[in-house]
Amino acid sequence: MISNEAKKEIDFWVSKYPEGRESSAVMQALTIVQKENGGSLNSELINDVAEYLEMPAISVQEVATFYENYNHKPVGKHVLRFCHNISCMLNGSDELISYLEDKLGVKTGEVSKDGLVSVKKVECLGACVGGPMCQIGDQYHEHLTKDKLDNILENLT
Amino acid sequence: MNEVCFKNLDKENPASIATYEANGGYKVWRKILNGGFTPDEIIQELKTSGLRGRGGAGFPTGLKWSFMPRNQEGQKYVVCNSDEGEPGTCHDRDILRYNPHSVIEGMAIAGFVMNATVGYNYIRGEFMEPYYRFEEALKDAYEAGLLGKNLLGSDVSFDLYTHLGAGAYICGEETALLESLEGKKGQPRFKPPFPANVGLFGKPTTINNTETFASVPEILSRGGQWFADLGVENSGGTKCFSVTGSVKNPANFEVPMGTPFSKLLELAGGLKEGRKLKAVIPGGSSTPVLPAETAMNMTMDYDSIANAGSMLGAGSVIVMDDTTCMVKTLTRLAHFYYDESCGQCTPCREGTGWLYRMLQRILDGNGKEEDLDLLLSVGEKIMGNTICALGDAAATPVESFIKHFRDEFEYYIQNGRSMVEEEHNLVEEEASV
Repeated sequence: MISNEAKKEIDFWVSKYPEGRESSAVMQALTIVQKENGGSLNSELINDVAEYLEMPAISVQEVATFYENYNHKPVGKHVLRFCHNISCMLNGSDELISYLEDKLGVKTGEVSKDGLVSVKKVECLGACVGGPMCQIGDQYHEHLTKDKLDNILENLT
Repeated sequence: MNEVCFKNLDKENPASIATYEANGGYKVWRKILNGGFTPDEIIQELKTSGLRGRGGAGFPTGLKWSFMPRNQEGQKYVVCNSDEGEPGTCHDRDILRYNPHSVIEGMAIAGFVMNATVGYNYIRGEFMEPYYRFEEALKDAYEAGLLGKNLLGSDVSFDLYTHLGAGAYICGEETALLESLEGKKGQPRFKPPFPANVGLFGKPTTINNTETFASVPEILSRGGQWFADLGVENSGGTKCFSVTGSVKNPANFEVPMGTPFSKLLELAGGLKEGRKLKAVIPGGSSTPVLPAETAMNMTMDYDSIANAGSMLGAGSVIVMDDTTCMVKTLTRLAHFYYDESCGQCTPCREGTGWLYRMLQRILDGNGKEEDLDLLLSVGEKIMGNTICALGDAAATPVESFIKHFRDEFEYYIQNGRSMVEEEHNLVEEEASV
């Protein structure tokens, strides 16, 4: 079920495209319902979006599985999306990811036991001058160190 | 430094419409709305300026704009490619955050030139801060009467919207971006037809990169010749460079084209303490790596970097030092292309997987003598055999890393460990004795 609030948000995106081109809003629709569902999608939600935008369910499914930012398994309340690409790697992202895995007792791709955090290795997030960096929610955290990571983790509730 | 796209960077509230207008912003757009510029004059100025597409391909902007069938009836579109994702590149993010109005004005001008009344700025889905900043700027531009219908009483209309991506490097390829904007998987289209004829929603469309659009207002304000003179022959103007990797102060710098690489390195604080320059990727991960000496002799413009054996690309300078293991670095890049291949063309879909798996095998200590030639052969078979440039982009680093650092790869295969890390550890051990 898509909530009325989410529908309103989706409508805002639909209004940007010409009549008959509502499917342009599908990426944001999926982003919105994923957020509402605690960070991941399921086939019911994909069908709901298809129905709402009057698209074939398979087309929505294609989009949902093509793009990196959609999750198809439950994730932690906060997802630490850690860049491991070249500029971050040259500045020690691998060591920080290992540190994080040890500290949280999870591997990348897993959710911590309390459900609070999951860690995901991602490709370049376009903040290379701030590497090593990670994204949590809408926020980028740059020039990371172990201390900074400790601090960030402490403040996640 | 910072004369065009970054010119308001040191001001208070650089992103605000007040700061933008106080520094000459929207002057050109107002002049256009008052009938002071014709589309042909604008295209001519852009041609004079030598502005070339800043997203990586370097296609002359004036020429691109002249391809649009501006007198053809029906809807036409202007699209901005803010899907910045080439590893090592992050200057468009700063343009969106600190100078969003230059992108808006550049796109509006493009709309006027090409008779397109609607524009979309495709921002990558992770760029939420730039997205909010850009939306704020849009709101202010609408409130100031600079966007919308019949602007300032003229017959010119331009509506501009943002579209957010959802994480796919391939959407930086312009036709994949259009597919994505239509709500589909981001898989590149066959060309021709080119977007100028069949683009967004099947209509004529011009797509330019963020930095390209952001450069346009200043060019028209100060003249194409002024911009051309900032740079060197064949590379007009300034260019934003992201300098990252093994430098003291990684940062974005807007410098004149033709600036020596050594100067750029100096701006970034030079190499990290105690390190020596080993190699440089000058234009983002898709461009060939260059050994230190070659890099130190080049200047940052299209021709000089091409003569050195690489490409200016998106202006993403990745600096590697004497402790960087080239086998590990290349494997990471190969993983990236493997991960980001859209899967449409077999040579790329399968080939990027082969490249990555072979390199990972070497890294795991299970490499074989014949692997290097096999890697090169797989790369060759991808090159030129795919719809878009991602396949070439995956093969290019493999070819250039092996060409310049073959001994490191051979050592890794023979010994199952990194030559560089071994040397580096030995030095450290000696130092600690």
